[in-house]
Amino acid sequence: MTNNSSGSRFGFLIPVIYIVFLLLPIYWLVNMSFKTNSEILGQLTLWPTNPTLRNYTVIFTDPAWYNGYINSIIYVVMNTVISVLVALPAAYAFSRYRFLGDKHLFFWLLTNRMAPPAVFALPFFQLYSAFGLIDTHIAVAIAHCLFNVPLAVWILEGFMSGVPKEIDETAYIDGYSFPRFFVKIFMPLIASGIGVAAFFCFMFSWVELLIARTLTTTDAKPIAATMTRTVSASGMDWGVLAAAGVLTIIPGALVIYFVRNYIAKGFALGRV
Amino acid sequence: MEKTWNNKAWFLVLPVLLLVAFSAVIPLMTVVNYSVQDTFGNNQFFWAGTDWFVEILTSPRFWDALWRNLIFSGVILAIEVPLGILIALNMPKHGIGVPVCLVLMALPLLIPWNVVGTIWQVFGRVDIGLLGYFLNSLGISYNYTQNPAHAWATVIVMDVWHWTSLVVLLCYAGLVSIPDAYYQAARIDGASRWSVFRYIQLPKMKRVLLIAVLLRFMDSFMIYTEPFVVTGGGPGNSTTFLSIDLVKMAIGQFDLGPAAAMSIIYFLIILLLSWVFYTVMTQSDAEQK
Repeated sequence: MTNNSSGSRFGFLIPVIYIVFLLLPIYWLVNMSFKTNSEILGQLTLWPTNPTLRNYTVIFTDPAWYNGYINSIIYVVMNTVISVLVALPAAYAFSRYRFLGDKHLFFWLLTNRMAPPAVFALPFFQLYSAFGLIDTHIAVAIAHCLFNVPLAVWILEGFMSGVPKEIDETAYIDGYSFPRFFVKIFMPLIASGIGVAAFFCFMFSWVELLIARTLTTTDAKPIAATMTRTVSASGMDWGVLAAAGVLTIIPGALVIYFVRNYIAKGFALGRV
Repeated sequence: MEKTWNNKAWFLVLPVLLLVAFSAVIPLMTVVNYSVQDTFGNNQFFWAGTDWFVEILTSPRFWDALWRNLIFSGVILAIEVPLGILIALNMPKHGIGVPVCLVLMALPLLIPWNVVGTIWQVFGRVDIGLLGYFLNSLGISYNYTQNPAHAWATVIVMDVWHWTSLVVLLCYAGLVSIPDAYYQAARIDGASRWSVFRYIQLPKMKRVLLIAVLLRFMDSFMIYTEPFVVTGGGPGNSTTFLSIDLVKMAIGQFDLGPAAAMSIIYFLIILLLSWVFYTVMTQSDAEQK
């Protein structure tokens, strides 16, 4: 059963063209990151004529730069773990039970996903100052839960609703307790859903800048904020900017590489 | 699916509730507080009632930004959703092509938003950018910092570049969950390509499409970082969307009262539109069953 759903013989060209379109601007960034500033600003060249690693050396030798990466990764991982852990039971409740105010609660959760971060920047700062959490990783991780938890609940609920309820009932009849059933039987069934949810939590936390920048000053400053600051301080160091940009792409690329099988495998609907 | 009525399910939801309430309810109360008060500094506040709401709702600046944002979101959805479905349908289902496609397509999603802005700012520049240089050598006097139409085109192409993959990935996750037996049955029945799409793939993708449309709508309606980095809201005000206007007002001018009132109006508009989307799509879902 290959090609059971591709339209025509040339169907494969559509993703190929799309990927080329995606890669062109990224290629340009990578290209720039290996050039010297004089070459960037001088003649337009399709590849670096004098390839240099100077831009990357600047980043890896300056703690102000590489700490930005470490900070970002710490709070993003914290946020992903927290979001998925609290979202799992909640999504199960929404997919299996009706309870007082469930629909309102579900919609209320979604409204938080819709709240513009610009609205929350100032109140967040005041709230986290009051708890003395400014410039800590956990503050950013919790603040990002505002939009990641609702999203994780929503995605997981979608995947869980695809698992027939008879599985739960059979497990209970077989004498499984709820936690054991959930971890041993249910979670493997929705593994792809967990992968997708974790991926999206990671993604939205990794790319968000406004809140992360508001809540941090030095110790937990994310890399994206470091970039904006350095650019304004040293005029326009295009080469270092491009190199820092290239490095922000790498952690994301690694994560998507690890979850690709979960997304691709799909959930074992009807096969159990 | 039949759901059982069980109020104990609240215990499963409780952690989420507490966590989100901490990050959402308290800040929102602060915003509401600002929106009905005036201040002359020194933490002294005066009751201002609905003055700020009236001021915002009667200002042409707000309505212009709102229309711009609505048009932008409409264009984005009209391009990204069909394009995303088309690409997802044509993606390979087996072999080495799958991980290659997934990893490459997800790349733009994982780039921090201001870096996306930087990439396109550089890419579109006439002097050092490939796109700007190329268009100009074709004889098109492309310049996104001067021409509003070009600025719009740049921001829209950037958003398509940035976010279509989200629609693709979600649709693809929906598609691979369809058991092969469905396609086999369709083949035995002699179903056409279109009816396979219409009666098997589209219904199966409905849930993920709902997620995709809602996410794209909300995010395009709150877009801030990318156009801010690329165009700074200009030339003139031509790409000043609601968030850019809001931040200008709150941080640039420190008009906390009007800014808070605008935040609330902004939030309510998004809420209303998303509720309409949600209801329409879940209702058509219910009709299908």
